[in-house]
Amino acid sequence: MRTDVTIIGAGQAGLAMSHCLTEDGIDHVVVERGSTANAWRTERWDSLRLLTPNWMSRLPGFQYQGSDPEGYMTASEVGDYLDRYRASFDAPVHDETSVDQVTPTDNGFEVETSGGRIDSRSVVIATGACGSPHIPAVAADFPTQTRHLSPIHYRNPDEIEGPVLVVGASASGAQIADELARAGHNVTVAVSNHVRLPRRYRGMDIHWWLEKLGILDEHISDVDDPLKARRTPSLQLVGSPEGRDLGLNELQSSGVRVAGRLAGVADTTVQFSGSLANVIHSADLKQNRLLDRCDEYAEASGLTHELVAAHRPAATSVEALPLTAHTGDFATVIWATGFRPSYPYLPEHFLDAKGGLPQNEGVTDQRGLFILGTTFGTRRNSSFLDGVGRDAAALAGSIRCDLERQLSASAFGGR
Amino acid sequence: MTITEPTSQINGVDVEHLLHAREVLTSAPPAAQFTWRAGSEWTNGTEATTTVNNFFGLGEEQTHDNPHTVVTDHPSLFGAGDAGATPVELAMMALAGCLTAGIASVAQNWDVKLNSVTATLEGDMDLAGILGIDPDVRNGFSAVRVAYDIDADTDDATIEAIVAQSQKRSAVFDIMANPTAVTVEVV
Repeated sequence: MRTDVTIIGAGQAGLAMSHCLTEDGIDHVVVERGSTANAWRTERWDSLRLLTPNWMSRLPGFQYQGSDPEGYMTASEVGDYLDRYRASFDAPVHDETSVDQVTPTDNGFEVETSGGRIDSRSVVIATGACGSPHIPAVAADFPTQTRHLSPIHYRNPDEIEGPVLVVGASASGAQIADELARAGHNVTVAVSNHVRLPRRYRGMDIHWWLEKLGILDEHISDVDDPLKARRTPSLQLVGSPEGRDLGLNELQSSGVRVAGRLAGVADTTVQFSGSLANVIHSADLKQNRLLDRCDEYAEASGLTHELVAAHRPAATSVEALPLTAHTGDFATVIWATGFRPSYPYLPEHFLDAKGGLPQNEGVTDQRGLFILGTTFGTRRNSSFLDGVGRDAAALAGSIRCDLERQLSASAFGGR
Repeated sequence: MTITEPTSQINGVDVEHLLHAREVLTSAPPAAQFTWRAGSEWTNGTEATTTVNNFFGLGEEQTHDNPHTVVTDHPSLFGAGDAGATPVELAMMALAGCLTAGIASVAQNWDVKLNSVTATLEGDMDLAGILGIDPDVRNGFSAVRVAYDIDADTDDATIEAIVAQSQKRSAVFDIMANPTAVTVEVV
């Protein structure tokens, strides 16, 4: 098969890209190793819901039109949503087609897939922000009988036996710890740096504020420390019908025991960091600074009297566990410790020292190779359902320019 | 060359130097590998004299402008000569020094003028640990508390943020709060 653009991945990034290319009349295909929204359907736990309110699910030419804009879609509802998006413009998706190798050629790339070879002038990687789960080396120091899981393999409390250690208290860790504790499990959470925010503030979802403050579409070139910005953990929140908060206070109320960062394992001793007080206090301070900005915005935009009066969340106050435990105290360890990029089908020399693909506004150093939907790739919301569309539209322009350049180069002979 | 503000460095910290170093070392990771060194001689009883002078960093051997020496001992309460601070107290001095340096640096970077920074430290220790009386008691501190009293040209929330950030990037805080691989051999 020949085409101008091969998009790898039919999630929100791949479909948004496909929509923009369709609008521009650019010939392309989308290859998807599973079916539409594969990760949403096969790599999320049963109860997972969006972190952002439904109204914040805007894709190019498509938006949420359901009856619960302030609610949070479940993972399978997001899957259905993306199915409808795909159908809405008849995206050229090839399901059950995994990519084995992408090799540069004189005319672009040879894309070897499980369904055959595609000769493509350009390739857009749209496989999302969750590459492969990062399991720290310390996992190997637990006894062999300890069961290890990453959030993409966890499904529900019924599958978990014995006391659980959840490592990480950002969105995944906090949600899983909370769900397990509510189901009656013995849960300990090891807490490192996290971003604490209330679900709602002065009557509005916190994402409404983040959007108004310009934080969500902040450009990577405008942040002081881009490396740190790209490592910012996911918000310590849950999307629930009740719109409840999910900080450490709430976790403790659910019966979760709070420990410091998992610092190491020495023989049969699990070591938790003594930095917990600082970690907690830092998160509270950052939260309050953000809420100060919200109040300033409310004042400056004349909305103060339309919004509910300001009510600040209580300071985080948890009873910290001792600094050590025994490895035998935990039957299961769930590593909510983030993801690392994973591009096994790309030549290794395309990648940086950490396995990432260097890019600038979606354009990589390799001619004709583009990428979309990574964490703070271009803007803070580059990997979000609501943010990828803007990047896709901009990237379509870059792709068009690149194709025209390729065509005129080959018209004059050679590359 | 544009005219810039005189680098009066409100708190005396050469933050530009540090930021430049950070930039350089980001693109040259091996240069960031430092090895600090200390040499120690037993004097008498529980007294020892420890000196620092050479260290390795930025890819080559380095030296202090002058060697620095510390004598450590134990108090007369312990039947010792009190010729110097106890090693445990020295650890607290290290923590104070590191956190305070961090506070000055962060404040400098945030353009906050510090007027005074006073730290009070306490470290709790159950001697049943080091005396081998009770195996369930650790040798080291059961808790360390640091209280900062800071007068600066900014609001309380910013002072709190400066102190929080200082801990986040403090070497000695990390040394104390987290495990470190320590090997001791006989040559």
